[in-house]
Amino acid sequence: MSHSSAHAAHHPALQHHFDTLEQQQNASTLGMWMFLVTEVLFFGGFFMAYILYRWMYNASFHEASHELNVWLGLFNTAVLIGSSLTMALAVRASKTGEKSALVFFLIATLVLGSIFLGVKVVEYSEKFTHHLVPGKHFAFHDANLKNGAEIYFSLYFGMTGLHATHMILGGFVLVPLIVMAMKGRFTPEWYTPIELFGLYWHFVDIVWIFLFPLLYLM
Amino acid sequence: MHDVRTEPAPSASQAPTTPEVHYINATHGAMSWFFTKDHKRIALLYLYAVSAFFLVGGIFAMLIRLELATPRGDLLTAETYNKVFTAHGVVMVFFFLIPVVPTILGNFLVPIMIGAKDLAFPRLNLASWYVYMAGGLFGVAALVSGGVDTGWTFYTPYSTAASNTHVVLTGLGAFIAGFSSIFTGINFIVTIHTMRAPGMTWDRLPLFIWSHYAASLIMILGTPVVAVTLLMVVLERTLGLGFFNPALGGDPVLYQHLFWFYSHPAVYIMVLPAMGVISELVSAFSRKPVFGYKMVAIASLGIALVGFLVWGHHMFTTSQSVLAAMVFSILSFLVAIPSAIKVFNWTATLYRGSVELASPMLYALGFIGLFTIGGLTGLFLAAIGLDIHVHDTYFVVAHFHYVMVGGTVTAYLGGLHFWWPKMTGKLYSEGWAKVAAVLVFVGFNLTFFPQFVLGYLGMPRRYHAYPVEELSWQVLNILSSAGASILGIGFLLPAFYLTYSALKGQPAGPNPWGAYGLEWETTSPPPTANFEVTPIVTKPAYYYAPEEH
Ligand code: HEM
Ligand SMILES: [Cu+2]
Repeated sequence: MSHSSAHAAHHPALQHHFDTLEQQQNASTLGMWMFLVTEVLFFGGFFMAYILYRWMYNASFHEASHELNVWLGLFNTAVLIGSSLTMALAVRASKTGEKSALVFFLIATLVLGSIFLGVKVVEYSEKFTHHLVPGKHFAFHDANLKNGAEIYFSLYFGMTGLHATHMILGGFVLVPLIVMAMKGRFTPEWYTPIELFGLYWHFVDIVWIFLFPLLYLM
Repeated sequence: MHDVRTEPAPSASQAPTTPEVHYINATHGAMSWFFTKDHKRIALLYLYAVSAFFLVGGIFAMLIRLELATPRGDLLTAETYNKVFTAHGVVMVFFFLIPVVPTILGNFLVPIMIGAKDLAFPRLNLASWYVYMAGGLFGVAALVSGGVDTGWTFYTPYSTAASNTHVVLTGLGAFIAGFSSIFTGINFIVTIHTMRAPGMTWDRLPLFIWSHYAASLIMILGTPVVAVTLLMVVLERTLGLGFFNPALGGDPVLYQHLFWFYSHPAVYIMVLPAMGVISELVSAFSRKPVFGYKMVAIASLGIALVGFLVWGHHMFTTSQSVLAAMVFSILSFLVAIPSAIKVFNWTATLYRGSVELASPMLYALGFIGLFTIGGLTGLFLAAIGLDIHVHDTYFVVAHFHYVMVGGTVTAYLGGLHFWWPKMTGKLYSEGWAKVAAVLVFVGFNLTFFPQFVLGYLGMPRRYHAYPVEELSWQVLNILSSAGASILGIGFLLPAFYLTYSALKGQPAGPNPWGAYGLEWETTSPPPTANFEVTPIVTKPAYYYAPEEH
């Protein structure tokens, strides 16, 4: 068996166990996609439960969904799509090496994400005051539909809570990315973290695109 | 058909040496281990942690067997007994069986076998060990603060609405450990896709790699589902959300669907990597390529995929419709086909091979026998009528121990013995290793074969006492408990002679078995970067019969 040693041009971001930046980039991207597959299945458990209970308690779900504020939901959907756009622009700026644009779009993404979460807080506290949080104090105007409505709100809090957790985690990742971008770490040669974070952020947005109609509109 | 190369492989004849600098002594100090990113060191970290959990799970197993040695519930109260078998199940499944082969042998060997310097994400690999330990801490915290009595399956509504034990802590422990498994799966798949050495094409991958690839697919597709299911149980207990509680309109059967969607494939997370080990062992000790290499590789993927479609066979006694039950039954029979392909192909590999009964091979032969019994009795359980008769009896307990212990644990021990010289650079006492292998085989059969009979006679699982009048039950239980003691000794022995060898053993040299594979081309123990220079692969896997290719 013959041997060869591959020594590629060395980039500061190239880790020792990879031969080329391209190989490293392929590995990171594939890894991110695999991670997103696990995320789909993670949310999948909730979606499965939603489908089943929707079928069992159609009337309750219909009635309970009227308790949500469609306008706030719609506003948040727009905010989130906006953040997806700014994130996509950030990825583009990193590819072209426009440092200040990159920083700007990353900050814009963070701001929009925070607005989304702020609105969520308003919505949650409304549910508390209206006794729509499952548990001892849960109350629903139609006693016949109460069981189904309670399941509906269990799902509502479970699914939107999991989604919001993903947003919060995303925010925590964005901050160091912004700092790194300010320091000029990303170049057209190497912008993998920005690109991968973009994938994550779009994924979180897409989940919301499913949650919004299922919970608010149907 | 295959000519057999009988003379020892060239490297075996070289005088055994241990390199001056290798991954174990390259850097020093505790911190260099706890913050290592070297997959080989992480494998050793896992070796210690997983072995510790195996010991804990084993102690609970012995408690179970002690209690059942007499018909009366004289050693443990019913409540304590419930906690003991739950602890045994949780520890064994989530903290031993699922991680054992991938995180120890897989971590060590996947990069080396494909000629890579490390896994694709070394930091994620280290993180997954810490995550595993964190999950384990939650589990241990639940144990010391009073335990849990739901069984490792956490069935609702008992676990969500009735049990007043530490379901949340234990559930979180399993949830967290699940992420460790997801990380490992992602790391393996990405590494196998992107980091193969030049010439290591997909059709030259060792079957060990194929089976880890297939198992990783299950890890990333199944684990998130059980994770979110456990999360729902935790939310239900802590916040009063009502997903599975019938009093609030929830459906407990949904829980079972979600739980078994993962937990049936989880059996293959345990068994597929084990099968990969067996392919390597059978080939190395028959000095022949694995018969039907491609079929075995495809069978791994087949098992992984079909394994996702059979979860309903755990639910024949629920409200599931008859049609669904029939579909699940038929699909369950289908999974047997790829498994049988493997067993037949190993047997065909042995046929006319120059078989050497070294200690790893003894474990491999044990595996083939025990797994076959486990698999065949699985077919009994997949038949709806029979399952209703033996559901939740000791027949089931015997079946899953034959598959999981007879399968996973014997393969793990066989693999650990096979690669031990590579991992440590030292040879162990072959005599003691053979004694241990025989003890495990004998002890195992004596422990679990009587349980098939017990279950068939109607003894239910999860009871701490049984009627005194059933004399045959008592005899069978005593046999089983006696077998467990032998098995226990068989498991403890390797801990001693392997540790001794690591400290005092003779140097092993790069290829003590004269086996074929990239891992045998580097030094024992390997250098930190695995190879001095990146190997270029020019030959197929299992090149034991050069004449033929
Ligand atoms: C070596 C690895 C072993 C593994 C991975 C393992 C795994 C398991 C699992 C997953 C369960 C299910 C627990 C539950 O139903 O909640 C179980 C139950 C049990 N195990 Fe083991 N086990 C092992 C060894 C043993 C040994 C050596 C013995 C006997 C000494 C033993 C005796 C039992 C018994 C009696 C039960 C109770 C079955 C029930 O009531 O559900 N196990 N084991
Ligand atoms: Cu199953």
